Amino acid sequence: MTEPILELHGIKTHFPVYRGMLLRRRIGEVKAVDGVSLSLARGEVLGLVGESGCGKSTLARTVLQLIPPTAGRVVLDGRDLTGASVRDLKASRRDLQMVFQDPFASLNPRLNIFETLAEPLRVHRVCPRSEIPARVGVLMQTVGLSPRFVRKYPHEFSGGQRQRIAIARALALEPKVIVADEPVSALDVSIQAQILNLLGQLTRQMHLSLVFIAHDLSVVKHISDRIAVMYLGKIIELGPAVGIIEKPVHPYTRALISAIPRLDPDTERTRQRIVLLGDPPSPLHPPRGCPFHPRCAHAEDKCRASAPALAPFAGREVACLRAGEI
Amino acid sequence: MPLLSVTDLRTYFHSGGGITRAVDGVSFRLERGETLGLVGESGSGKSVTCYSIMGLIPQPPGRIESGSALFDGIDLLRCTPAEARAIRGKRMAMIFQDPMTSLNPYLRISDQLIEPLLIHEKISGKDALARGLEMLEAVGIHDPSRQIRRYPHEFSGGMRQRVMIAMALITRPELLIADEPTTALDVTVQAQILELIRRMQRELNMAVIFITHDLAVVSGLCDRVQVMYAGRIVETAGTRDLFYTPRHPYTRALQRSIPAIQPKGSELYTIPGLPPDLSKPLPGCPFSPRCEFAVERCRTAAVDLAEVAPGHAQACLRVQANEI
Repeated sequence: MTEPILELHGIKTHFPVYRGMLLRRRIGEVKAVDGVSLSLARGEVLGLVGESGCGKSTLARTVLQLIPPTAGRVVLDGRDLTGASVRDLKASRRDLQMVFQDPFASLNPRLNIFETLAEPLRVHRVCPRSEIPARVGVLMQTVGLSPRFVRKYPHEFSGGQRQRIAIARALALEPKVIVADEPVSALDVSIQAQILNLLGQLTRQMHLSLVFIAHDLSVVKHISDRIAVMYLGKIIELGPAVGIIEKPVHPYTRALISAIPRLDPDTERTRQRIVLLGDPPSPLHPPRGCPFHPRCAHAEDKCRASAPALAPFAGREVACLRAGEI
Repeated sequence: MPLLSVTDLRTYFHSGGGITRAVDGVSFRLERGETLGLVGESGSGKSVTCYSIMGLIPQPPGRIESGSALFDGIDLLRCTPAEARAIRGKRMAMIFQDPMTSLNPYLRISDQLIEPLLIHEKISGKDALARGLEMLEAVGIHDPSRQIRRYPHEFSGGMRQRVMIAMALITRPELLIADEPTTALDVTVQAQILELIRRMQRELNMAVIFITHDLAVVSGLCDRVQVMYAGRIVETAGTRDLFYTPRHPYTRALQRSIPAIQPKGSELYTIPGLPPDLSKPLPGCPFSPRCEFAVERCRTAAVDLAEVAPGHAQACLRVQANEI
């Protein structure tokens, strides 16, 4: 692996919770992201998976500095983004772009495609004004849209086409890292495949690094080099994608993979499923010890007493006290 | 006699822009106790089919142009409102995709849960409540006597879907229509809900129509699967046949584009183009503009479902002619 393009050191993003209108007092905090450290190599695709509420979207927004972290550092290509001045941050954003889940909400309905794609070029003074139309045309072709549509508005496009526009907008500044938050979750299967192929091609051709967030492990497996599994604000397993999907170690990862329905009726009817009980606990009152122990079939007293840290195990990192025993 | 028999159902939406043929000639049958998967992408007409049967199509702009839907011999599309009320919510019930918006936020769980009982059965409030508690217990809600006094916002998505299921099943319906009931849920919760539907289906021996865009979800749940495209059924078969020997080019393409079965990093198969605009007339096969096997006559000649093997029908001219 080459030197990392993006490093996260001990990121914590906590939101205070208040109660009362007149006598507002702080009754606690939601630890949405609670101590995440990661590094992303140049050209690498990292899949980030977890159930809703596990903090994966908050982590994405924290990386982009859309939400300032409570603690920890985000380092992009050697520059510390946390606490950077507005000017420095703006310059860094050229290298770090985001694609959101809902292409219906993330595009401005009052801007046509030309205006949408020209805006970042203009704001960051990427090229002389006269060259903007040509660049917009190239961008549209890159994401597989015909430049004929350049004067159309978002509502005239389907969901998949809108997601292509959102990707083109993220690519406009030739970033080094793109964070994509559930970019295919709102799309139909056949369209999902088109967008996944596009993202795969782009990362290979442009040597882009990609953080790909999804709740669907099969999608993540298809595109990622490495996978990080999040539970209640922490990463509980991190390693090569194929290894994690084929031989998950952490009981939560195992349950997550087991829960995916298989396309094969014969195995689907006979296989043993690990069905988790209940819902994930509230991040407002996380359990003591290992965050997963209340739903874990292998939990012992030690799991209830102390929280495990990520430690190397079987070619990956796992946060489970019983990783070697189960 | 099948429990439900739908013949040539056509549901169109009339708007300023013209006529959208959301469901265009759908026929199928459902036996008692059978689980049928209705699979298709957004806009394929799978929900509109079921909404038409349930009488939930807003008219106007919608209009049921033709067809019949016989439920135990009674035509749901032509019966009197009183006849419909006696069936809907009692003998057939429906659960929806979004449990956040399909429960009334102003009412306690108890009130909305027992409402169908109070409407459809001569039962005292006290007995109804007892049935409600039993039902909550059956769908896996712990401490039901406390939970039943709560409001929907106090529950998580998975719990709300359990409440929805309890509400739908409290009258012991013969038919449950489930419209993407797990799409808004996490995979782990989806596994719980699917298991619950499977168990309740066995216990009550009810027929289930399970609408989903996710082929994998039906593989373990359904006896039979129907694939819809552009308001029509393009293939129907037993679940094993459909998965192992899909015949229609659309079904095959759909299967190939799912990432789960592809090796990592390989290019996923994609279906070129977009689903057709249903406000324009589609003379031939609706899939022909995107089909890699399409020839001239696919674009012009009308095509109907025809059996290719016992219990396995599909609507592709070239498959029917044994050309592909």
